Amino acid sequence: MALIVVENLVKTFKVAQRQPGLWGAVRGLVRRQHRSVRALGGISFAIEPGELVGYIGPNGAGKSTTVKILSGILVPTSGSCTVGGRVPWKERIAHVQRLGVVFGQRTQLWWDLPVIESFDLLAAIYRVPRADYLQIRDEMIDLLDLGPLLDTPVRQLSLGQRMRCDLAAALLHRPEVLFLDEPTIGLDAVSKLAVRQFVKTLSRDRGVTVILTTHDMDDIEALCSRVMVIGQGRILSDGSLEALRRSVTSERRLIVDLVNEGDGVSDPDALVVEHTGRRVELSFDPQLISPAELIARVTAKHAIRDLFVENPPIEKIIAQLYGRLESSSQP
Amino acid sequence: MTAYWAILSARFRMLLQYRAAALAGLFCQVIFGLIAIMVYEAFYASTERRPPMTFSQLVGYVWLGQAMLGMLPWRPDGEVQGIIRSGAVAYELLRPMDLYSLWYSRAVALRVAPTLLRAAPMFLLAMFGLPLLGLGEWALTAPASWAAAGAWIVAMAAALLLSCAVTMLINISLIPSAGSDGVSIVLMAAVTFFSGMVIPLPLFPDWLRPLLEATPFAGLMDTPFRLYTGHYPPSATMELIVRQLLWTLALILLGRWLLACSMRKLVIQGG
Repeated sequence: MALIVVENLVKTFKVAQRQPGLWGAVRGLVRRQHRSVRALGGISFAIEPGELVGYIGPNGAGKSTTVKILSGILVPTSGSCTVGGRVPWKERIAHVQRLGVVFGQRTQLWWDLPVIESFDLLAAIYRVPRADYLQIRDEMIDLLDLGPLLDTPVRQLSLGQRMRCDLAAALLHRPEVLFLDEPTIGLDAVSKLAVRQFVKTLSRDRGVTVILTTHDMDDIEALCSRVMVIGQGRILSDGSLEALRRSVTSERRLIVDLVNEGDGVSDPDALVVEHTGRRVELSFDPQLISPAELIARVTAKHAIRDLFVENPPIEKIIAQLYGRLESSSQP
Repeated sequence: MTAYWAILSARFRMLLQYRAAALAGLFCQVIFGLIAIMVYEAFYASTERRPPMTFSQLVGYVWLGQAMLGMLPWRPDGEVQGIIRSGAVAYELLRPMDLYSLWYSRAVALRVAPTLLRAAPMFLLAMFGLPLLGLGEWALTAPASWAAAGAWIVAMAAALLLSCAVTMLINISLIPSAGSDGVSIVLMAAVTFFSGMVIPLPLFPDWLRPLLEATPFAGLMDTPFRLYTGHYPPSATMELIVRQLLWTLALILLGRWLLACSMRKLVIQGG
């Protein structure tokens, strides 16, 4: 049975319109005009226990709104949603007891307290038995290499250090479900890798169900077997990364490094998209011409130093998908 | 229960760090107290009618007000204000705790810690320091009797509960406007005036005084101070404390209802 079930979830916000200028501000005191903004236009999905799902979409698409409803801190306008059989906003306290959340842009640690005291406090708040707490705390310290940070007040930590501490903090009560909202935002390469490695371990070894929202496509490629794309309050695509790629474009790239700089490359079934110095980038559709045949033709005609085939970067695919979304919404 | 206690004690320990602020506050309050006493002394010297409280009672009332200033809920809880403004209220709601109780336990620490830091030196100064300087007239005298002392302590404890209930109302009033002071400023003015902090309530005219004594704010300062100085007889203790506790209960119920209403409408901005 699915752990998280979302059916036809709708959330509309009422936003007060403000007229520009001083006169507008005065008028706003007397009569306000409201405008409805539909953040979620009826989304549905189901997530099985232990899944690691990427949840992506452009800014303002409704990602955070979904996560907030699933966390029980926002009440939807209509539709239903259960996590482990519970309706989050109706049984908030019981629900959050088994939920861990990390918002990349905020911290749940106490700014002025040493990290270890924040952990103690969280253990008390979640009523974690002492022995359990000590065990999981030490595991987390080990996994995330927090040893040297424990006595530092949170305000003195770097962003990467703070994020590692925040991840540990969200797991002290052994949640079954973890929501990660942009956990790698602003992190350097090393910290990003550490966070990814940790999330992977968590999902694989502990069977924690993870929903990851991010704008970093490398996060998705490294971690998620399943990706949901949301745009303008609707689910646009739900499936594996490969399926997403195929649904948007079947395009492949052949990159050729020539021996002679002056040479050009041309082929009736491929398109030259870039030519800089000795490097030529060809775009082709593998359904029209197989990669092997194209390579054979190109190597037969030109002196080649190196060549390789690649998928278009996931960033470009997502950008294409978002772009389609925008053009379709225009009247 | 342990969870709320943990929040309270962590906040308490953090607040105890602000010793320099306590010292500066202490200095400021001594000056305030002295000015108030000098003004009242001038009034008392020029009046022909019998004043409603003795000069010594009045001096006691003023010094107790300065010593217990930290207990007066005259501002929102800065931490809660920050939480509401920054949207970190999301994390507050992710705790398996009742939000009202969570903020209430923060408020207890907020009111107790600075009071402990300031009250003791203030008492020493007003009780023993001033007589040493030859200002015995202006000094705080001991409670009117043992019974008065006991009644004062109980009434202070009730005042603490009441003060936190008022703090909660101020906190909750910040939610609809996302953390900017609005209603809270009106509440602050009401609190300082009606608690007797500006002018002791016994000095108000007879037609107005019963009304002032009936507001919940009288229980914050006026009630315990008058029990201490013997302006209220110890025999009135029971009734006064019941009144404080009933107001506390009423304000807690009101606060819980308002909080539940604003949570239904809550919108947490940002990702």
